[in-house]
Amino acid sequence: MSEGPDSRPAFGVKTAEIAVALVFLALGAIVVYDSARLGARWAEDGPQTGYFPFYVGLIICAASLVNLVTALAIRPEKDRTFVGVAQLKLVLAVLIPSAVYVALIGWIGIYVASAVFIAFFMRWLGKYPWWKTAAVSIGNSVVFFLIFEVWFKIPLPKGPLENLLGIA
Amino acid sequence: MEEIQSLLQGFVIALSLKNVALMFAGIILGVIIGVLPGLGGANGVAILLPLTFTMAQVPGGTTSAIILLSCIYWGALFGGAITSILFNIPGEPWSVATTFDGYPLAQKGRAGEALTAAFTSSFVGALVATIVITFLSPVVAKFALEFGPPEFFAVYLLTFCAFVGMSKEPPFKTIAAMMIGFALAAVGTDPVTGTLRMTFGTTPLLAGFDFLVAVIGLFGIGEILLTLEEGLAFKGASAKLNMKVVLETWRELPKYWLTSIRSSAVGCFMGIVPGGATPASFMSYGIARRFSPDGAKFGSGQVEGVVAPETAAHAAGTSALLPMLTLGVPGSPTAAVLLGGLLIWGLQPGPLLFVEQKDFVWGLIASMYLGNIAGLIVVLTCVPLFAAILRIPFAVIAPIILVICAIGAYTVHNSMFDVWMMIVFGVFGYVFKKLQYPLAPLVLAIVLGDRAEASFRQAMLVSQGEMSVFFSNALVGSLTGLALFLLFWPLLSAALARIRNK
Repeated sequence: MSEGPDSRPAFGVKTAEIAVALVFLALGAIVVYDSARLGARWAEDGPQTGYFPFYVGLIICAASLVNLVTALAIRPEKDRTFVGVAQLKLVLAVLIPSAVYVALIGWIGIYVASAVFIAFFMRWLGKYPWWKTAAVSIGNSVVFFLIFEVWFKIPLPKGPLENLLGIA
Repeated sequence: MEEIQSLLQGFVIALSLKNVALMFAGIILGVIIGVLPGLGGANGVAILLPLTFTMAQVPGGTTSAIILLSCIYWGALFGGAITSILFNIPGEPWSVATTFDGYPLAQKGRAGEALTAAFTSSFVGALVATIVITFLSPVVAKFALEFGPPEFFAVYLLTFCAFVGMSKEPPFKTIAAMMIGFALAAVGTDPVTGTLRMTFGTTPLLAGFDFLVAVIGLFGIGEILLTLEEGLAFKGASAKLNMKVVLETWRELPKYWLTSIRSSAVGCFMGIVPGGATPASFMSYGIARRFSPDGAKFGSGQVEGVVAPETAAHAAGTSALLPMLTLGVPGSPTAAVLLGGLLIWGLQPGPLLFVEQKDFVWGLIASMYLGNIAGLIVVLTCVPLFAAILRIPFAVIAPIILVICAIGAYTVHNSMFDVWMMIVFGVFGYVFKKLQYPLAPLVLAIVLGDRAEASFRQAMLVSQGEMSVFFSNALVGSLTGLALFLLFWPLLSAALARIRNK
């Protein structure tokens, strides 16, 4: 990690540990609740549907309680950085566009969305000239189109552009 | 020798023109996958698995499909060494130990030597493991034919308890991650009664969570996010490999025969019990350092320090297929993905495979010999090409990898919900890795969840709910006993350490 103005911690390991333990506890509780609803006991014809997951849920709750207690016991002076501000910025700079990309797939199809997504990265993070950006992003989509639609005959989500070109 | 005859039969199948072509294609794809950040054996195979759905439908197609996928796995194992030695970036977790001596060698300008040593010892490790598989797996399969539901559940229990007992991660985190995997596997239709579980009235959850999507998200997206933290540029040593260096290194390598034997043994053992390639490589590096006369110089660029972890990692990665084929219990995440592939193609992994699908099993085993020879040839001749891939700037390669992951997740069930889940799993993978929640038991639990539950319930039905069925005979009793011993091993070893310190 570089020493700079942005190497401040965004939040510590303790916070992250507690958050994950709580999420696990909640998930475990959901599993226990739904298994109990379905019946987690022994019926005449054998174990009920919720029998196995019920105990799985209980173990999740128990294990995350231990993890929670362990996390709470971390003393503040021993807390380490989970992620620095600069690192978090980089991670989000990829994560948020990725989420937007997935949303775009459903709307304009995977080929156009991928081209836009790659172009965005090359322009914004890589500062490439337009012609290089266009060549890589469009070329990539064409190659994937050939591989999936033409050779392997696996249809991927398509949008208005493919309809317009009559290849949907 | 029945095995030799079956193996020769397997060579006839594996040596068809189509299968040899697939072998080389798989190896090349695998090395590329192993070299690229964010793509590795497990998620590389997961992404390409949907492409084999149609391939597996023609007669003999399943053999071609498994040859392609397993060769991708071997390729990824080879590829990890390239990035560790030239760039000090372990492309795969099991190549971390290779960086200790591999990168210093490259910095001294001896990259060619380090690469040759790494590839050759990988090959040796894989070869030893394949020989072990050839002769041991029919024995294990024959033995396992007698297994009933209690024995199978005991084997599953042993697998999962081994994770708790042997992993470096805190035991309660291992348990939590593993059980989350079981819970995810339970979502959807109950395999026994057909009742819906934990769908909460939503349609996308009806089909449950697919382990392929989980693997692509946890390993692929999670890994990219982790790589990002390290910065965007890769700086590496140049990769030149000529025949002279290769031959010189080969002349030197027999000196390390003892290290090779030890590392192969460690690797085979760790691969068969679900310890996996990563601990095997570290363990073998540690052992080599302790026993080698040059032990003190380890870490400053010793060829032996490259030989030890690479041999063990490949031996472990290869022998992980033994329990997968014979018992239906994979020894590594990638073996788990291959097992999932078998299930999708309509094959039942387990002892019956050796009776009913002889061509498939022996074709695969023969292809392991041939695939690793093909792999050695490919990596020795094409290193500069593969190293060039890593010089593609991150701003170009990262979005392309993300696009490949998204396509891979979509093609599993043709559903956009899976692509969203991939992103969610990616965030989880990133956080889990940073907080030392192990991913391997989680993935294995998603793959094996339904089968483990089914065998548990069948065993319970037979015994009318008596847990004592898991101790009802010597075999199942010792399996369960060993499982419990491993489960409580962290507690035991902590207690022992405390007593010793007093």
